[in-house]
Amino acid sequence: MRGFARSVRDRRAIALQAILVFCIAALVWFFLENARSNVAAQNTKTGFDFFWNTAGFGVVQALIPYDETSTYFRAFLVGLANTLLVSALGIVFATVIGFLVGIGRLSSNWLVARLCGGYVELLRNLPLLFQILFWYLAVLASLPAPRNSFSLLGVYVNNRGLILPRPVFGDGAEWVLTAFVGGVVLALLFRAHARRRQAETGEMLPTGRLALGAVVGLPLVVFLLAGAPISFEVPELRGFNFVGGLRLIPEFVALLIALSTYTAAFIAEIVRAGILAVPRGQSEAAYSLGLRRGLALRLIVLPQALRVIIPPLTSQYLNLTKNSSLAVAIGYPDFFALFAGTTLNQTGQATEIIAITMLVYLAISLTTSAAMNWYNRAHAWVER
Amino acid sequence: MVRCVSAFLISIAFAGSASASTLDQVKSKGFVQCGVSQGVIGFSAPDDKGNWAGFDVDFCRALAAAIFNDANKVKYTPLSTKDRFTALQSGEVDLLSRNTTWTLSRDTSLGLNFAAISYYDGQGFMVKTAMKVNSALELSGATLCTQTGTTTELNLADFFRTNKMKYEVVAFATADETLRAYEGGRCDVFTSDVSQLFAQRLKLANPADHLILPDIISKEPFGPLVRHGDDQWFDIVKWVLFAMIDAEELGVTSKNVDEMAKSANPEVKRLLGTEGKLGEALGIDNDWVVRLVKQVGNYGEVFDRNLGEASRLKIDRGLNRLWNKGGLQYAPPIR
Repeated sequence: MRGFARSVRDRRAIALQAILVFCIAALVWFFLENARSNVAAQNTKTGFDFFWNTAGFGVVQALIPYDETSTYFRAFLVGLANTLLVSALGIVFATVIGFLVGIGRLSSNWLVARLCGGYVELLRNLPLLFQILFWYLAVLASLPAPRNSFSLLGVYVNNRGLILPRPVFGDGAEWVLTAFVGGVVLALLFRAHARRRQAETGEMLPTGRLALGAVVGLPLVVFLLAGAPISFEVPELRGFNFVGGLRLIPEFVALLIALSTYTAAFIAEIVRAGILAVPRGQSEAAYSLGLRRGLALRLIVLPQALRVIIPPLTSQYLNLTKNSSLAVAIGYPDFFALFAGTTLNQTGQATEIIAITMLVYLAISLTTSAAMNWYNRAHAWVER
Repeated sequence: MVRCVSAFLISIAFAGSASASTLDQVKSKGFVQCGVSQGVIGFSAPDDKGNWAGFDVDFCRALAAAIFNDANKVKYTPLSTKDRFTALQSGEVDLLSRNTTWTLSRDTSLGLNFAAISYYDGQGFMVKTAMKVNSALELSGATLCTQTGTTTELNLADFFRTNKMKYEVVAFATADETLRAYEGGRCDVFTSDVSQLFAQRLKLANPADHLILPDIISKEPFGPLVRHGDDQWFDIVKWVLFAMIDAEELGVTSKNVDEMAKSANPEVKRLLGTEGKLGEALGIDNDWVVRLVKQVGNYGEVFDRNLGEASRLKIDRGLNRLWNKGGLQYAPPIR
């Protein structure tokens, strides 16, 4: 009897859910069909052929070769690369600043703790758009025109951006690069060795100094032996602006500073929370074993805090990436500005372009969180 | 379940009502929803009292006067160059009256129709006088600020490519952001349609320090736009503009329109609806031209008040003179 009752209940539940699924599917179908018929009634062009048409507009910053005769697809890639660049660098800087400020806020030094506290409260409580405009307009307004640039050692700063000497790789430069990669590998191997040695004997090897020698010293020696194959192209003022050199446009610099400092304020709080979540007994035990404060933090507290830090940190990384679309306010040619802005406007194919834009941001975010989840699993508690 | 089905039915009902004619919709809501630019002095910008004013705004007012006999029955949606077409396509506005250049691709694949040409313009360049540049051909290597999603952006690329000159373009979403970047020194050159250069120059701290170069690098015919698929609305928008031009040609002004209504001239009689039923053919009242000329003025009056001698801009009428005065403004006859 009970079995029968349950099967009736189950069947009813299944039927209800099937109806719900049907309703949702019908609604989705209805919206799609409606969009399709509206577009057809308006006689607008549809489809994805526009990707292969000539874009015809210039872009101020392109990481891949691009000019006015390139296709919209290339403009799409240019925008995507610009978004990925500013997001990746923003994540690196935000993490570094965030960790420093978060740890600094817990410092026993009154001044450091208050300064870090002030940083967090100021930056996280002002709208990001405002901060982007602040860095762009306030900083731009205070910089000189190209003719009166600030300069130091071949680096120029003016209202057209930050202009650096560009390294030029001559014959034999590959040896220097090989030596650099070799140095990094050597340093990593040595660190692994030093760890093993310490675990076995307790003896500590001078890892830092040796690693520095391998990473910097080795390529330097090869550089001199190969006859200095890497030179620098120094920018020079010609006509309206500097020619040559490597240039960071002010839109990029302003956006990067704003995104990293803003997100860093949130990361700092996450780091502080993570550290406070580690029981005090852990650091006290470390001190009583004779570890200095810095070592205790690095070896005992932070590894445990990371488990609390990483999940909310992922959200901040996703926020930073999505917030980079505010670039549109200052004319940085990011993905949103270039694709969902200029391309949409020139082609008028809103439905397709908005859909693609959505998918691209979704893909970037899902990739980021997949990577962070993998890292999180690798660092999760291993119950023994 | 019931809720689910009723939601479905309601949404179908809405879809059905979406196909009513634009004129009926405008009449039933009681105003014209007009897409304008976000503040270009002379074309559409709020005046001292906070009312929208300008050449493009006056066109919307003329349209409202023709339909409702009240030029104030207009609501304005300020739109950036980037958002303007989507707003019209999606039905958020009834028309765009927003210094928008008529091009083939916009007329076809965007699903929009340009009603007629209200203003003949061309793209130009503005530089700081201190730069001592006298021609656009001296601009090689310059950085230019412009608005994104405009024909300006494309002409610019064409011009520099054709003349084998190097350039760099920083594109902003709104006219004000563009101007601010130019003023802040981010760019050497501000480029846009010449009428806009005149208008934007007035917003700069010291307009006399900025020079508009004599070179015109493109044709920029502006006109009001409507959606594809509603020919009646298309006709009304088109003929409101033609009526303003014809009124100027026939000497009908906001001041003399009442006397002119008694005129024996058959052309004036047809224009002002005292002969024939031409207004009704459009689906509006017969005295539509009397209303719009009386409340807003003819083409020449609107031009002078907003852009010409009577305005701060003092733009020469140039190509926008009537065809019989050496310009290009020529409207088909009302008969």
